[in-house]
Amino acid sequence: MQFILSALRAAIPAGTPLLFGTLGEVYTERSGVLNLGIEGMMIMGSVTAFGVAHTTGNVWLAILLAALAGGLLALLHAFASITLKVNQVVSGLAITMLGLGVSGMMGKRYIGQPLDAGFTAVDIPLLSDIPIFGPLLFQFDPLVYLAILLVPLLWFVLYRTRWGLSLRSVGESPATADALGVNVVAVRYGAVFFGGLLAGVGGAYLSVVYAPAWIEGMTAGAGWIVIALTIFAMWDPLRALLGAYLFGGVRVLQYRLQPLGISPNLLAMLPFIFTILVLVASAGEAMRRRIGAPAALMQPYTREER
Amino acid sequence: MSEEVIPVVSMRGIEKRFPGVLANDRVDFEVRPGEIHALLGENGAGKTTLMNILYGIYQPDGGEILIRGESVVIHSPREAIELGIGMVHQHFRLVTSHSVAENIVLGLPGNLFFPEQAAREKIEEFSDRYNLTVDPEARIWQLSAGEQQRVEIIKALYRGAEILIMDEPTSMLTPGEVEDLFTVLRRMANEGNTIIFISHKLDEVMAVSDRVTVLRQGRVEATLETAQTEKRELARLMVGREVLFRIEKNEIKLGEEVLRIEGLHALNDKGLPAISGVSLRIARGEILGIAGVAGNGQRELVETIAGLRPATGGHIFVSGHEITSRSPREIIEKDVCFVPGERLTALVPEMSVTENLILKTYRDQRFIRGLFFNTREINSHADDLIERYAVTTPTRDTPLKLLSGGNIQRVMLARETSGKPALLIAAHPTSGLDVGAIEYIWQLLLKERERGTAVLLVSEDLEEALTLSDRIAVIFEGELMGIVPSVDTDLEEIGLMMAGAHRLPVPEAGE
Ligand SMILES: Nc1ncnc2c1ncn2[C@@H]1O[C@H](COP(=O)(O)OP(=O)(O)OP(=O)(O)O)[C@@H](O)[C@H]1O
Ligand SMILES: [Mg+2]
Repeated sequence: MQFILSALRAAIPAGTPLLFGTLGEVYTERSGVLNLGIEGMMIMGSVTAFGVAHTTGNVWLAILLAALAGGLLALLHAFASITLKVNQVVSGLAITMLGLGVSGMMGKRYIGQPLDAGFTAVDIPLLSDIPIFGPLLFQFDPLVYLAILLVPLLWFVLYRTRWGLSLRSVGESPATADALGVNVVAVRYGAVFFGGLLAGVGGAYLSVVYAPAWIEGMTAGAGWIVIALTIFAMWDPLRALLGAYLFGGVRVLQYRLQPLGISPNLLAMLPFIFTILVLVASAGEAMRRRIGAPAALMQPYTREER
Repeated sequence: MSEEVIPVVSMRGIEKRFPGVLANDRVDFEVRPGEIHALLGENGAGKTTLMNILYGIYQPDGGEILIRGESVVIHSPREAIELGIGMVHQHFRLVTSHSVAENIVLGLPGNLFFPEQAAREKIEEFSDRYNLTVDPEARIWQLSAGEQQRVEIIKALYRGAEILIMDEPTSMLTPGEVEDLFTVLRRMANEGNTIIFISHKLDEVMAVSDRVTVLRQGRVEATLETAQTEKRELARLMVGREVLFRIEKNEIKLGEEVLRIEGLHALNDKGLPAISGVSLRIARGEILGIAGVAGNGQRELVETIAGLRPATGGHIFVSGHEITSRSPREIIEKDVCFVPGERLTALVPEMSVTENLILKTYRDQRFIRGLFFNTREINSHADDLIERYAVTTPTRDTPLKLLSGGNIQRVMLARETSGKPALLIAAHPTSGLDVGAIEYIWQLLLKERERGTAVLLVSEDLEEALTLSDRIAVIFEGELMGIVPSVDTDLEEIGLMMAGAHRLPVPEAGE
């Protein structure tokens, strides 16, 4: 019991950067743009946040600027894939490599530095007083709660508001949306930018809360797991929560199994083996329920084209 | 009408160029308030292009537009909507995975939260007023073409469209749905709205319009009062020559049996029985027409024969060989050719005309040189087919999707009939085509018949089925209601059979 609860306690912070990233990617893909640059945007968020927190000691400012760093890279992707209509896979991969390279350069001087600033855990009144459960489940840093609050909020916006309807329609059939006066380009830019903001926050969480430290390449494939989680989530914010914490759990398992003498190489593969399993499982479910990727995913839109 | 009426729409000297084609060549087009104005023209004449310019989807290369007498430049559909223009597109613009209500409110200002609930009342009001019944909760993919069109019309009305463009609204509708649509259009026109109705079906133009403008090869041929013209004149203006509406069908001696189907069963996409116990035979040199209201198993029947859908019971033989549930490739090797109803399922729109023409025969020895294609041979084969089947295309390397509907259909038929099939399955071969193209395709099918091909023709157009076929098989809810010869037919009897109210003993069953 204690073991399970403490694993759960650990899985939630481990899954939080994935949750931020996945929520952003869900919105981005819903608009019809695939963003494979998530890994790059996350790591830029990590290095920016660490740098800002290290020099100013202001963690909120660090998060904000990390979001902007991710957003800025996302705008680059938006410009390439929406305006210039280049292949979205190529543009995304290029941005991931750019982010990894630039962050490595920017982060040189932070390697091995300690971070004094940080978030204090927020106790949820009453609930955190419950014996055993309380301290384990209701004492997280504010970003964990922010991510959790975003889930129903983004679900509501997506399915119950005019904005969400425009977003989903642009991703399913841009020509239809365009014919009704929806600004396809603006919606797509907005969605890609928003995805970048969240990826930046996800990366920031890794370096200022989770680690807290700057290690080169510290996202270690989290961005790729986000891409898979978006599919597992079937482009739905609610399922993104489930997937992100599940993967948080896998990551925790990785550390907990290490002392048991299991090869570290094998353990390092765990998240990716799990990714493949999850993708296979969700492919089956998607087929049964006839849910698929947004129909116009990866298709640039040109009004005058047939 | 008096001379002073200010036209609601006036397009002057409109020009629009696409790579290799002049789609609109100094077009002058005027529509008066409250009229139903038909825009008539062959496939590729430039009708859709002209209307896309009016709706802000295309920008003209020249000319000017006046709406209610004022000069305007329409940069986007949004601006067109603001001018009170609505358009129901030839290929519906609907988000198929969304609900009807969501499709209708998409892009509307106001109501940030629960937009579709807020709109429900108004949607119902329009449904009642124009008799456009449709369930706001239903998903678009669950609806028939007719219902989808109602959604499109409500969409336009909801945005306050006073000028409604309908681009070939009838090509996907059943005869009953066409009548309903005309009632709606007349009611809307009586209320002072203006309707631009694109079609190439002369009967419909004669039935519903007040005036007609005929386009040919991007130019206006004439604008006429419908009451003062007749079908023959319109056809001549549209095609540029006399069109024969009756077609010569020679007497043909039936050869040996090519297709034999015994007690065939198959399921539809939802897993429900779509055809039950169908038996029929077709001989060399015979056209058998399948008549029936859309959705009664026609599609499943032809797909099962072509090997695209497994049979759940029964047998299919071609020239004595059993082909039941074989792969399409094995069936193709038995000289079966298939022209499916949904054209683009058998063609690759992104690929060139040439590539589409050899999609089925690229394994042929003459197109291969070692590991590579014999490009010269392939190109000359394509040029030959383009010429023989009179395909209008800028070049043989043009992507297929840029061709007009009629020319895409010609490419399809060129590929499927040039290989001298034993059995030709043609589903809705002329849907969406103009009279000139229809005449051509009818002649092509009759030529196949004369050559000794067995033809299975599926058509929702009873006139077409009667004109071409030697025998008519009527299908209702997946069962054959009877097979009758197409000469001296009793139309009433066929109508009853199509409605499932009358059944003939089928002599071939179980034989
Ligand atoms: N977006 C486009 N890009 C390139 N060529 C185009 C485009 N739209 C139309 N065309 C070409 O312009 C010409 C006119 O096409 P249009 O669609 O207006 O014909 P139409 O009269 O509507 O024919 P149909 O009856 O087949 O619908 C055709 O030759 C077509 O190939
Ligand atoms: Mg058209």
